[in-house]
Amino acid sequence: MGSELKVPTMAELFAKGEQPEVLFWVGCAGSFDDRAKKITKAFVKILNKAKISFAVLGTEESCTGDPAKRAGNEFLFQMQAVTNIEVLNGYEIKKVVTACPHCFNTLKNEYPGLGGNYEVMHHTQFLKQLLDEGRMTIKGGTFKGKRITFHDPCYLGRANNVFEAPRDLIKRLDAELVEMKSCKTRGLCCGAGGAQMFKEPEKGNKDINVERTEQALETQPEIIAVACPFCNTMMTDGVKDKEKETTISVMDIAELIAKADNL
Amino acid sequence: MEYLQNILFAIILILGIGFFARNIKKLSRNIKLGKNVDVSDNRPQRWGNMAKMALGQTKMVVRPIPGILHILVYVGFIIINLEVLEIVIDGLLGTHRVFAPLGVLYDLLIASFEILALLVIVAVVLFWVRRNIIKLQRFVKPEMSGWPKNDGNLILYIELALMFLFLSMNAADFQLQQLNADHYVQAGSFPVSQFFAPIFEGMSVNMLILVERTAWWLHITGILFFLNYLYYSKHLHILLAFPNTYFAKLDAKGKFRNLDAVTQEVMLMLDPDADPYAAPAGDTPEPEKFGASDVLDLNWVQLLNAYTCTECGRCTSECPANLTGKKLSPRKIMMDTRDRIEEVGRNIDANKGKFEDDGKQLLDDYITREELWACTSCNACTEACPVGIDPLSIIMDMRQYLVMEQSAAPSDLNTMMGNIENNGAPWPFNQLDRLNWKEES
Repeated sequence: MGSELKVPTMAELFAKGEQPEVLFWVGCAGSFDDRAKKITKAFVKILNKAKISFAVLGTEESCTGDPAKRAGNEFLFQMQAVTNIEVLNGYEIKKVVTACPHCFNTLKNEYPGLGGNYEVMHHTQFLKQLLDEGRMTIKGGTFKGKRITFHDPCYLGRANNVFEAPRDLIKRLDAELVEMKSCKTRGLCCGAGGAQMFKEPEKGNKDINVERTEQALETQPEIIAVACPFCNTMMTDGVKDKEKETTISVMDIAELIAKADNL
Repeated sequence: MEYLQNILFAIILILGIGFFARNIKKLSRNIKLGKNVDVSDNRPQRWGNMAKMALGQTKMVVRPIPGILHILVYVGFIIINLEVLEIVIDGLLGTHRVFAPLGVLYDLLIASFEILALLVIVAVVLFWVRRNIIKLQRFVKPEMSGWPKNDGNLILYIELALMFLFLSMNAADFQLQQLNADHYVQAGSFPVSQFFAPIFEGMSVNMLILVERTAWWLHITGILFFLNYLYYSKHLHILLAFPNTYFAKLDAKGKFRNLDAVTQEVMLMLDPDADPYAAPAGDTPEPEKFGASDVLDLNWVQLLNAYTCTECGRCTSECPANLTGKKLSPRKIMMDTRDRIEEVGRNIDANKGKFEDDGKQLLDDYITREELWACTSCNACTEACPVGIDPLSIIMDMRQYLVMEQSAAPSDLNTMMGNIENNGAPWPFNQLDRLNWKEES
């Protein structure tokens, strides 16, 4: 099945003298995390189906430096950023799409000051745009009438004011979008941001992902939709903690769309 | 002799305003102890933010109940203060109700002041109930014990007293007008204080004058006292909310500042022509300290933030770390920063204008590492703040100090950063395997 994926690299296209419409920044989670790799593949399937001209950096991609910066290691962040910018500028990249809100935020907001100026889109924005331009369609049916709640990733929502693109996509699945009590600008973090993903939490009386999962469960969803690989991990763990994994699935919006289209 | 009152008034006024001016000077000196930061950009947008957030209270009403109550107190105080202008002129010139010739407009003004005063009383009582009877969670967090709690209540008591004095003054005045007492012009309309009438029934004119004068004097001296109380209180927000919203962050919340000092070093490291063994030029300044361990490492907008914080706790009540029982409270970050900059300011005052090392700093002595590492950088606190305070930037600056100056990150994070350095990902995967997912089914 994997062989069906068409994933050209920038190096290959460059050798042919071609420039893709958009660079797909896969990110570390999307490249290495088993759960996140499924999101990457779902997104690629959608791009392939819509015949979008894209490429990835492949082995030339490296961490954006986001977790280093949030952990306080500005030096490591800038080393990563400057190196990545050199690669991106070398390929004359103009437009970047990524399925990771942390990569999205860093590329969009923190790279310009270091010489990296690109039009950066989150995959939900990009898919919404394709839809609006009539370059792809979303099939209802599979998720018709299903209760789906959407967990806002902090670095997509509050940090960059992208609230509607993911919701519009869910609505296009003919699903019933139900909101949690904390949503949009007041959405509660999943607990992974600020480099928390890579460390044990401080002492407290509850894990943040469990708190957030409880909020999600209050909406009695069949699916918890997410738009960030780290939120995905945290919410999946939260659902397991509540022993609901057999009835409630945690899925990225790209996965929902791919599944609706039987991709 | 007849000018004695006016002279006394002028002296009290000058003392009150003079002392306030002295405190404002100290406040401004302390804020300027922070590092410079350029916030001269985007003026129209900044004015707009101030108009919306500070003047328009837009973020207050995100929580409708306290938001509307707050607007009542806010509008009440601003509008009733028009009355203070008249009181000051009367006090200085020995006139009484100098604006009375405005006629119907005057009646209307006094009537609206009275109604607002009543609404302020209602709001203040409800605020007190929320703090002391209902004990809303955000008002009883650990950082709110002692002075912060008393400060919050004291402000409510002062406001209550001022409103009652204002209404008593009017009530006695109204009686005197009805008795055609000398000097008491027939002016104003008293929709609220007229209900105080029964209290004054049967009182002599002299007694009424005594009541009216006492209320008048206590009201104006109370206002001057309150003005001077501000500097020692969280209530400073009534002034600083305006500059604070003006200077608030305009960028996307997710955009964290890139440190220029680091950029220079990174560029030097990546410059193939740079000579790593070159001796620094003689006039090279000391390398800049990375991040913040004390308040003097913060910039002045961050210090302004600290003085502006009115400890409402909306940030803390939205903070995922705090909600799940961690020690971090964004409000405490701001309170600690203010307490420390005040301490530094007192140190400078005591040492003839120079800061003498007192062996203390913001890190560890005020803010613990446990608090700093609990932050998820989710921006819930900055979103919640009605006046644009940014506790997250202080947390991040302090993390930078811990990591870049002290190498004191939690070991898990050191592992993560080591991985990024070695293989370009936070996990120990080979960069050459980045595209393997393509072939996996």
